[in-house]
Amino acid sequence: MTDLRKIIIDDNEVEVEGAMTLIQACEVAGIEVPRFCYHERLSIAGNCRMCLVEVVGGPPKPAASCAMQVRDLRPGPEGQPPVVKTNSPMVKKAREGVMEFLLINHPLDCPICDQGGECDLQDQAMAYGISGSRFDLPKRASDDLELGPLVATTMTRCISCTRCVRFTSEVAGILTMGQTGRGEDAEITTYLGATLDSNLQGNIIDLCPVGALTSKPYAFSARPWELTKTESIDVMDALGANIRVDTKGREVMRILPRNHDGVNEEWITDKTRFVWDGLRRQRLDAPYVRVDGKLRAVSWGEALTAAADAMKGKKIAGLIGDLVPVEAAYALKQMIEGQGGHVECRTDGSKLPAGNRSGYVGTATIEDIDNAEMIQLIGTNPRLESPVLNARIRKAWARGANVGLIGEAVDLTYDYHHVGTDRAALSEMMEHDFGKVLEVPSVVIVGQGALNEADGLSVLAAVMKFAADTNSKLLVLHTAASRVGTMDIGAITKGGMEKTLDGAEVVYNLGADEIEIDKGTFVIYQGSHGDRGAHRADIILPGAAYTEESGLFVNTEGRPQMAQRASFPPGEAKENWAILRALSAELGAVLPFDNLGGLRAALVAEVPHLGKIDQVPVNEWEHLKLRPMGKADFRGIVGDYYLTNPITRASEVMAELSAGVKARAQKPMAAE
Amino acid sequence: MANDGRKGVWKSGKGKGRHTPKGRQLDELAWAQVKTLLASHHGAGPHRRDHLIEYLHLVQDKYGHLSAAHLRALAEEMRLSMAEVFEVAAFYAHFDIVKEDETPPPALTIRVCDSLSCELAGAQALKSALEQGLDAGDVRVLRAPCMGRCDTAPVLEVGHNHIDHATLEKVQVAIAADDTHARIPDYETYASYAAEGGYTALKALRTQGDWEAVQEEILAAGLRGLGGAGFPSGTKWGFVRGNAGPRYLAVNGDEGEPGTFKDRFYLERQPHEFLEGMLIAAWAVEAETCFIYMRDEYPAVVEILRREIKALEDAGVVEAGYIELRRGAGAYICGEESAMIESVEGKRGMPRHRPPFVAQVGVFGRPTLVHNVETLIWVARICREGPQVLNATEKNGRKGLRSFSVSGRVQNPGVYLLPAGSTITDIIAASGGMMAGYIFKAYQPGGPSSGILPATIHDVPLDFDTLQPLGSFIGSAAVVVLSDQDSARAAALNMLRFFEDESCGQCTPCRVGCEKAVKLMQADTWDRDLLGELCTAMADASICGLGQAAPNPILMTMKHFPDEI
Repeated sequence: MTDLRKIIIDDNEVEVEGAMTLIQACEVAGIEVPRFCYHERLSIAGNCRMCLVEVVGGPPKPAASCAMQVRDLRPGPEGQPPVVKTNSPMVKKAREGVMEFLLINHPLDCPICDQGGECDLQDQAMAYGISGSRFDLPKRASDDLELGPLVATTMTRCISCTRCVRFTSEVAGILTMGQTGRGEDAEITTYLGATLDSNLQGNIIDLCPVGALTSKPYAFSARPWELTKTESIDVMDALGANIRVDTKGREVMRILPRNHDGVNEEWITDKTRFVWDGLRRQRLDAPYVRVDGKLRAVSWGEALTAAADAMKGKKIAGLIGDLVPVEAAYALKQMIEGQGGHVECRTDGSKLPAGNRSGYVGTATIEDIDNAEMIQLIGTNPRLESPVLNARIRKAWARGANVGLIGEAVDLTYDYHHVGTDRAALSEMMEHDFGKVLEVPSVVIVGQGALNEADGLSVLAAVMKFAADTNSKLLVLHTAASRVGTMDIGAITKGGMEKTLDGAEVVYNLGADEIEIDKGTFVIYQGSHGDRGAHRADIILPGAAYTEESGLFVNTEGRPQMAQRASFPPGEAKENWAILRALSAELGAVLPFDNLGGLRAALVAEVPHLGKIDQVPVNEWEHLKLRPMGKADFRGIVGDYYLTNPITRASEVMAELSAGVKARAQKPMAAE
Repeated sequence: MANDGRKGVWKSGKGKGRHTPKGRQLDELAWAQVKTLLASHHGAGPHRRDHLIEYLHLVQDKYGHLSAAHLRALAEEMRLSMAEVFEVAAFYAHFDIVKEDETPPPALTIRVCDSLSCELAGAQALKSALEQGLDAGDVRVLRAPCMGRCDTAPVLEVGHNHIDHATLEKVQVAIAADDTHARIPDYETYASYAAEGGYTALKALRTQGDWEAVQEEILAAGLRGLGGAGFPSGTKWGFVRGNAGPRYLAVNGDEGEPGTFKDRFYLERQPHEFLEGMLIAAWAVEAETCFIYMRDEYPAVVEILRREIKALEDAGVVEAGYIELRRGAGAYICGEESAMIESVEGKRGMPRHRPPFVAQVGVFGRPTLVHNVETLIWVARICREGPQVLNATEKNGRKGLRSFSVSGRVQNPGVYLLPAGSTITDIIAASGGMMAGYIFKAYQPGGPSSGILPATIHDVPLDFDTLQPLGSFIGSAAVVVLSDQDSARAAALNMLRFFEDESCGQCTPCRVGCEKAVKLMQADTWDRDLLGELCTAMADASICGLGQAAPNPILMTMKHFPDEI
């Protein structure tokens, strides 16, 4: 139902939805209204009073534009549109007054504050405040909070906007933060010593409009104006969160979210945000060849020759890891298949159906969750598999959607109907009379935990039938950032991992660190970190990590997105596609492209939708044949959330977070 | 809880072990105590979130304070987060949170009222006399905002026993006699009220009444909200009825505006007139439940209402549970209707934004009719005696009657029911004139929010709408009379101190402004420009009436008593 209203803001007439608040209407009109407590994705608090505007004909005092809806404005006597002013003397005066109040208790410690240079209070004091303070009075003192290893606090800087409290309770779904006391004694607080138990907590750093909450790992390491900002895509999970990578020289200093309404809104997980210290440690910075059981650093020439010699005439299996961009996977596929070998991207053993995009991606977009009335989770724990997606499901739940879960009954931060834990529960649910489910928008989300066992394809077939019968859209929730893209280029082998490795003499391992490879097989490892894959390798070819090369990733809903290069690979490490191109020359079967542009052209010619960046293709529904499922419970796929890939395993911050989770998981024992 | 004697498992790093997870641990003993306490009053549970404040009262009353262990246990028992329980407990003045490293307060607390009338009557001297004359180890002496007994100032509360015209001797006698409980005055019980025709109006309306006809009568009588806002009462009914049910009725008994004591005056004498009025209003808007929010400063009234609600249930006038009595916990802001609703829901009393108005979105998000106590008394009287009970009186061109709570330097302070058109001259005359030896200098017409007017403005009727041109308003008609021996500047500072303490802390202008205003007002000479701008920012930018009206005493002192500052 639309309820469009005309409104005049500073002489611009705009027509907006009546339910919009004035601050949103001002945004539509292109007029900036200063604010601290208001945030589009949080509930309205209206406590900072910075966003005051003048409503002409209303009460003779300014109104908080964040807390007033357009439809609450009265039209003029002859039905003229209501008039709002954001630049009248009254508004200016009120803003100056509020600004001065906000600064009364705020310490003047900008030179030692990490928020400096990107501080809303600084910026707005410049734009809307007056140059000095006339209150020569002592400032308020307060104790700092201990929020754990990620968020540093300096509570004297707090302006009590309560964004952090609202984010943690509304989006992250934890109720650890609150505001105690009243009046001048009101303080943001957690309860004593308890750290925040959420993998989305880093977002409160971005939300804090002042320097009260800052990033601990990033503390005092850079100023925002020294950083080079590069727009990129996250690979820590398959959501494809839009990120901004901030670098100083060649070092990644921090990672921040970018807004994308369709993907991550403006949240990212703590893994995404704080993994950057893992990009500096355990890096493979030179090629190695195993000689007499020991790895020895060699030149690229030696390494490539050794690799080509090892591969020639052998039965080769190419494995594609979770963080590999589509281009590298495509180059690997071309090269290995050119040598008569097989490649496989489903290294976790999932039984995703080749060529059937409705089966390995589904038909739902992430945004469909926003409108869904019913959401059925099958064999997935989205809180670990994609915390930002989970926050989106929580948002739908908070709006009134019903959520059902088949799988382990875990805390998802919202209530759900627990249908059961095993495949039988799924079969039984399929027999139900779906009644009103058919009439409302609904989404079925199936996790990799349901698809990576022997009967994975049968489970998927059942899930697809359930989705079709209930008129639901299907979302296959992946955990590997590379998976959908590599499925799109068909980097798979009939029979999966087993068949690929069966009889293979040489394994070309492109960044797959979560697998065991049989003894006796010759392993060439190409990747960025000295993790499990490199330890097992006979030849190591050092490659770029995701921030160090431009690459295409297709997220879990099937949206191709481009990650940009923010820095350079360390030492002699090279971009992944270039290594493969060089090796192909050594093998005497030169890949038909000389640069990334040529590679992409070839790629898009083969798989056209990969050229349509940021567009989610519509997938034709293709049924799978129903087959009997096994009998087991659905198992989670994410073991240790903070340590799922080589970059995280190299990160000290992730190790600390992982230890924290383990400690919390230990149930306290009874006193007797 | 802890795995004592073994290697610590809650590791935060290599070699570091701890025996418990981080944060406050659940204390089994405290949990058992809380369980027992809640079960004895409210059954085994699950416990209602909106009863959180009631539960905190139970613990506070039983143990004299709220220990961190008990709060942790209460959070566990109610399945709430610790932060939620702490937040609420820390908001209200009558809860004493005692953290692990703090010592509990002494068993007995004396609260000395230091609001304007009591201050005039020597509250500060009384407080220091008590602090010197009593052993701090046994008794804690605290300042407190208005207790609604301004006619008998100075007033203090020993435990829950209010002592009028208090002196150190009276307090010592009370302590010696262990006289720390509220005294229940003689009042009209259900039996006597019913015997004199009480509740016949309600019953008649319930069987064959037309709510719109009643609304017409209320409108004809000219009844307006007597909590202070003066909104036409009948109109409110129509608004609430205009929204789909279920609807609620909430009675605002948080009579916190310093100087006001009319609601207490009536409730301690004739509680049923109010209860009947409430039930008529509830009938008119088809309320599912009536919530009575009564301030904790009126323990006698709370007890009277508890008894008489029971009597109504026993007599079959209402079903059990139809009337829910909620006890405040010491927060002036809860007299603001949306803050009161938050408090009824068991949360911190922070005012909501309007729109939506409480008539649309009130208690538990449902349309809610909010009335002041005295307003409902008039509803009952209009239904019984007709609209002329109010509109027959006319004086100075104003219709109706007003209950003035008069205190300060007058001969006979008290509640006076006078024509709404009365001027301050009439009111002082009705209160027996000025006290001997005092000359009338200034007055507060309706609580500190209304500021201070000088004696020269003596011929203005103290009614709704008549004081607005003077930058003031009648509010709850809490008149405090100042004399030539009192300082307007000191009175204004007293008022701002009150606001500083009672600001909820939600919005910036009020949170910061009240505190800074107090500091600026303590200077020998006021910085008038700065204070003026501070007042403008507060009045313009605050969310609710507290912050908007708090600058009034400053502005009016600057305007009318410039030689004092």
